[in-house]
Amino acid sequence: MSILKSISFTKIKDGLSKTREKLIGKINEAITGKAKIDLETLNEIEEILLSSDIGLDTVEIIIDKVKTSLKNENSRSEETVKKVIKSELSKILEAANTKIDQMSLSKFKPYVILIIGVNGAGKTTSIGKLAYNFRSEGYKVIIGSADTFRAAANDQLEIWARKAGVEIIQGKTGADPSSIVYNAIKTAIDQNYDIVLLDTAGRLHTKINLMQELKKMHTTINKLLPYAPNDVFIVLDATTGQNAIYQVNEFKKYSTPTGLIINKLDGTAKGGVIFQICRENKIPIRYIGVGEEIDDLQVFNPNEFVNALFE
Amino acid sequence: MLDELTEKFERVLKKVTGQGRLTEANISDTLREIRRVLLDADVNYKVAKQFIEDVKIKALGTEVLTSVTPGQLITKIIYDELTNLMGSKNTELLLNPSGVTVIMVIGLQGSGKTTFCGKLAKYLTDKKRKVLLTAADIYRPAAIEQLKLLGRQINVPVFELTGEKNAVKIAADSISFAKENGLNTVIIDTAGRLHIDEFMMNEVASIKENVKPDETLFVVDSMTGQDAVNSARAFHEKVEFDGIVLTKLDGDARGGCALSIRAVVERPIKFISLGEKLDSIEVFHPERLASRILGKGDIVSFVEKAQRELDEKEAAILEKKFRTNQFDFDDFLKQIKMIKKMGSLKSLLAMIPGANAALKNVNVDDKQVSKVEAIIQSMTKEERSKPKILNGSRRSRIARGSGTTIQDVNRLIKQFNEMQKMVKMLNTKSAKNLFGNMPIR
Repeated sequence: MSILKSISFTKIKDGLSKTREKLIGKINEAITGKAKIDLETLNEIEEILLSSDIGLDTVEIIIDKVKTSLKNENSRSEETVKKVIKSELSKILEAANTKIDQMSLSKFKPYVILIIGVNGAGKTTSIGKLAYNFRSEGYKVIIGSADTFRAAANDQLEIWARKAGVEIIQGKTGADPSSIVYNAIKTAIDQNYDIVLLDTAGRLHTKINLMQELKKMHTTINKLLPYAPNDVFIVLDATTGQNAIYQVNEFKKYSTPTGLIINKLDGTAKGGVIFQICRENKIPIRYIGVGEEIDDLQVFNPNEFVNALFE
Repeated sequence: MLDELTEKFERVLKKVTGQGRLTEANISDTLREIRRVLLDADVNYKVAKQFIEDVKIKALGTEVLTSVTPGQLITKIIYDELTNLMGSKNTELLLNPSGVTVIMVIGLQGSGKTTFCGKLAKYLTDKKRKVLLTAADIYRPAAIEQLKLLGRQINVPVFELTGEKNAVKIAADSISFAKENGLNTVIIDTAGRLHIDEFMMNEVASIKENVKPDETLFVVDSMTGQDAVNSARAFHEKVEFDGIVLTKLDGDARGGCALSIRAVVERPIKFISLGEKLDSIEVFHPERLASRILGKGDIVSFVEKAQRELDEKEAAILEKKFRTNQFDFDDFLKQIKMIKKMGSLKSLLAMIPGANAALKNVNVDDKQVSKVEAIIQSMTKEERSKPKILNGSRRSRIARGSGTTIQDVNRLIKQFNEMQKMVKMLNTKSAKNLFGNMPIR
């Protein structure tokens, strides 16, 4: 049906080619000098939040709360609006992060951490950084390289292990990942390691056979250590949009995620999709990746994260 | 006669108040829903807003001539526009028939560049090109190893300079190597980089400047969110690219970033990458991605409904038969079925300019339709195609067979004859009037 002639994108392009202004600036523009928050302003705020990948559902909830809170506020200044939005956003993250038990690391030996995620999220890099962090804190760390699928995944992890100064257990490409999981944990038990980090192959959450394979790894771990894995971290790419929600939902069906690692936050992506993930699943965010160096993994701080959205 | 018809047409339109044309009021709910769908599919919010606005402005006033509602029609128009915008004619790779063709692959970390390079090498090898893979990612641990392993799997040589820390030199040397060794296609796998990393962006610009690739492909993960516009624009400003590669579409990401990227850089999507197997690479089909972005739920079923109902082929055949006066009972049945699919007969026929008046003596009451179907289905093949042979005994047999009366059969045959007459009459004037304006494309 060729009712319409092709539409030019020039207008869209012009709109986007403006330098992306910082959030505060936008809210300044939207609010300064205005006695009350009108619909237009709220729409603008909505757009600002949407551009951080927060997603329409969560944005609508937040805006709803902002509207309600503002009714009870005498002041409707930029400060107030900012404060209300930030506080709503922080609440979501904090509610999920109450689940973290900081002391559990010393209760179990070996402490087993399984790292999962889709392809390209940055699992292997995160493992290298985690190994380095734990090693620096004085723990005896061993890595199990259960990504037997991707070409040269072994080599990549080996380089990270060497940088971090930790041991690594590997298998041949194409080997059953569960066998490597088994070897790594067995070695950890026999040789008195504190922490086992298990790297897995990237798997799209829609690939059922790969998800079954993940389930099998859990069974293998359980056989050796009924309490393990102590942590299962899903690694997410901050540039990912709403699909991250589906990723987490699917991984939950085959595994028992206890935390999230958000990578690539050193770019311009804000990673706002985690608000809905936290709101729905109450899975805490544990670490954020902010670069490619071995020390570029930071412990997640909800307030800092929210403030960064507004910078 | 024309005035009379117009008047009738207008009256019918009034009957279906406000639904005869696309107006702000009757499409606003649908457009709001479509905005939500686009945002959920990760289309950039500005792009989604502008896209919907543009389509709306162009579509307002469009006549709703079929049984679809204004909401369904605007959805169909959105789908078509989406397909048009993402589609493009020049999706083919530019491959030089003589000399060396250089293809440079760029993108963010983890977008799937190296895997795509392997796939592209296989794809081009299958097309009888002599391919060389160049490992220019000197940063990521084991990136070169990964490419070498891929090369080995598909029997394509991989060029590397062990220990070399200058990606520009690696790229340039690989082209000389290709020339010396009779290879005609070089695929350069560059390092993943952030678009705000000035050092790295300068590096990729410098590679491009030095090797002057025939094709520069920007690889993007189909799961990318709002930030896709920022990275795509930054890459394009620094290293003007020729085409886009969408990866990881074997997952359930809706791929809205493709629309966002098309909006900021007008470059075609050239390949779709669908998995980890080295042959899972496809050329791009815009209509498939449009369906995917709009989702699998109601929207696509609206679109499918509209398309099914506007079955172009069927209509074209009927039109031809009309024109050549070969319209028989089989066609009559087919037409009835087609019209039945589209909803209420009367209102539908009334909306066909010219048809209302012309068909005024043809009783096509909805309630009669199943009776008519039964009668026609009780006719033999020969009777259907040659209605003239329907004598008294045949007619009574048909009445018995269809559970109707001989009067019913007679009435149908009379109507059919009138219709044939009308068709002849129309043909002498303009058959286009009847079908040219029919809402069948």
